[in-house]
Amino acid sequence: MKLAKLATIGAALAVASSVVSTAAVADLVFPSLSYRTGPYAVNGIPFADGYADYMTLVNERDGGIGGVKIKLIECETGYNTEKGVECYESTKGEGSLVYQPLSTGITYQLIPKATADGIPVHSMGYGRTSAANGKIFSHIFNYPANYWNGASLAINHILAENGDDIKGKKIALVYHNSAYGKEPIRTLEELAKKHGYTFTGIPVDHPGQEQKSQWLQIRRERPDYVLMWGWGVMNQVAIQEAANIRYPMDQFIGIWWSGSENDVLPTGDKANGYKALTFHGTGSDFPVYADIQKHVVDAGKAAGNGDQVGTVLYSRGMYAAMLAVEAARTAQEIHGATELTPAQMRDGMEALEMTEAKMAALGLPGFGPEFSVSCDNHGGPGLGAVQQWDAAAKKWTMVSDFGPSDMEVIQALIDEDSSAFAAENKIEERKCG
Amino acid sequence: MSANFLYTIEVILNGLMAGVMYSLVALGFVLIFKASGIFNYAQGVMALFAAMTLVGIQQGQVPFAHLINAAFGTKIHHFGWTVPALMAILLTLVVMILFAILVERIVLKHLVNQEPIILFMATIGLAYFMEGMGDLMWGSELKTLDIGLPSGGSLWLEEATVGWGAEGSGFYGLFIDKLDIVATGVALALVISLTLFSQYTKTGRALRAVADDHQAALSVGISLRKIWVIVWAIAGFVAMVAGIMWGAKSGVQFSLSLIALKALPVLILGGFTSIPGAIIGGLIIGVGEKLFEFSIGPMIGGATENWFAYVLALVFLIFRPQGLFGDKIIERV
Repeated sequence: MKLAKLATIGAALAVASSVVSTAAVADLVFPSLSYRTGPYAVNGIPFADGYADYMTLVNERDGGIGGVKIKLIECETGYNTEKGVECYESTKGEGSLVYQPLSTGITYQLIPKATADGIPVHSMGYGRTSAANGKIFSHIFNYPANYWNGASLAINHILAENGDDIKGKKIALVYHNSAYGKEPIRTLEELAKKHGYTFTGIPVDHPGQEQKSQWLQIRRERPDYVLMWGWGVMNQVAIQEAANIRYPMDQFIGIWWSGSENDVLPTGDKANGYKALTFHGTGSDFPVYADIQKHVVDAGKAAGNGDQVGTVLYSRGMYAAMLAVEAARTAQEIHGATELTPAQMRDGMEALEMTEAKMAALGLPGFGPEFSVSCDNHGGPGLGAVQQWDAAAKKWTMVSDFGPSDMEVIQALIDEDSSAFAAENKIEERKCG
Repeated sequence: MSANFLYTIEVILNGLMAGVMYSLVALGFVLIFKASGIFNYAQGVMALFAAMTLVGIQQGQVPFAHLINAAFGTKIHHFGWTVPALMAILLTLVVMILFAILVERIVLKHLVNQEPIILFMATIGLAYFMEGMGDLMWGSELKTLDIGLPSGGSLWLEEATVGWGAEGSGFYGLFIDKLDIVATGVALALVISLTLFSQYTKTGRALRAVADDHQAALSVGISLRKIWVIVWAIAGFVAMVAGIMWGAKSGVQFSLSLIALKALPVLILGGFTSIPGAIIGGLIIGVGEKLFEFSIGPMIGGATENWFAYVLALVFLIFRPQGLFGDKIIERV
């Protein structure tokens, strides 16, 4: 009798656990490694809100992806690499489909781990640039643009402003003294050889609250253009110091992580004309924002209080979520399944194609460049644009179309760096096509 | 004059100004350490909290709006008014005094006679609590601080000195940020008023007595608890000033709490118990790190300031372990 009871309880537990595990698998799990605390929270919050709100929109408006609901797991990293790895380890068992670490440091740590675990990582506009080589980095994606594209896009913009001749010009790079900030240096040095400009790198230590020495150096040397690879408070202080020494703002160009409203607002009117690169649209004049307002913000389901909708970093978080959702949709089509595994998600990311028609249907016409991902190219086409700050209107305006970067120089660097990585880690190159 | 010589002068001047900014933060540490022997880990967060409160009050923000909205389903964020800068500063001061009273009542009162390390640990807890409380009260988004402080290079100085450079040297005149000039004036006024307060007022003398010997001060009827409230309130005021000066540059955000890192080498160098030491230490660190970055930095890749400040402080420590102006500790057995 006792045995029979135990067997019944055991069977019931087995059924219950299978139901629970089915329920867990039934959700499409998207972890969000966010930072809502710490020195970089000011930028981490709008990005995380944009990512979460788009996922909520897909659940509320469309009933999920292919009828399967999205489950978002948020884990706080504080922009700390160790915490980021802990977040990865604690969430990967939940059926996580793709990681977006929002930190170059965390991305570097996750490259070997996620590859070994068979989970894709999408470092959109950050991370290890040579991960664009899909033949070496099978699970790492950095479409639609990377730092080396960014460096080249900035130089292209300067070329366009100077009739394609910048020989003898002085270009300085003010950069966050970290793996992230140092990423563009090699590209800028290579481009200096090609175009004949003089390059100077000026590092700023974390967090970058005191930059007097750096800007006195710029005042002394008077470079024709200053580029910036900054993040967090470093951006605000740099723009303020540039205004203090009356450096021409339209000759000061930041990477996309140095081009949010947060970066320019503290400097007020003096920030007028500052430029920054971008790989997606700006402003809230896209139909998707009306949907977010209706289905997410007004319904009281927004991750934040709704006042960040349409800002640069919110839009970028939303864009990252949209690309993840479309990759999942692609994976569902490829595999003829609604529930996905990380391996299937990876396939979806590798076959992702973003056309203008698709973006228009999603309520984002002209929001980003058209691009497709392939087995050997995980970085996309490297297209980008330049936006400029209008201090009076307190908004960014696009001042260029999405243009190409110098892939002749960049591809050689990607091949060299990824080959070195493959040799160092004994990775065999995948066959593509 | 050669351009290089003039640039060196410019670097020294800007180093002095930067040093004053570091001293503003260091002063708060010194005040509390001097009166209570506590190394207040929360001093940087106090600067952040004060600056957040100032902006919140000035812009008519509803405190705890997120919490209220989440609890009651409302959507209130602002009262719909703005407060003049001076009034907002005074109201912030009131908040910092209330904060001092609460710290004494809730934390310090229960830790009398405990080891300094226990009190230090308590301030670590206080720092984390205040970080969270600040975010909860005022939100964690970046806030723009505008109380009418000037900013930008002094045009007058540039024009007056542009002729000093030799012909064709490309010298543009000496650069000094107007905000730094204001900060220097404020720091001077702070030091003078704090010195006058401690020398010529009854409370100031009581404060010094407590700093010299807690037990002796208690035996002559000085209330230790009252003195602690006063000291923490003054440190709160100094934190507010530091928060304003630094926040005017970068906006008010979490990173403001990290300015404490800039004060540590100043304290090591100037001594933990000397107000003039905080100023002189700040000036030495400011000039030292800027000169090193200017002369040696380019040869070794730059970004030397953060670590050089500590190296400089450690060099002083070898010769004067108590800091330049700190009290020498003599223990007799």
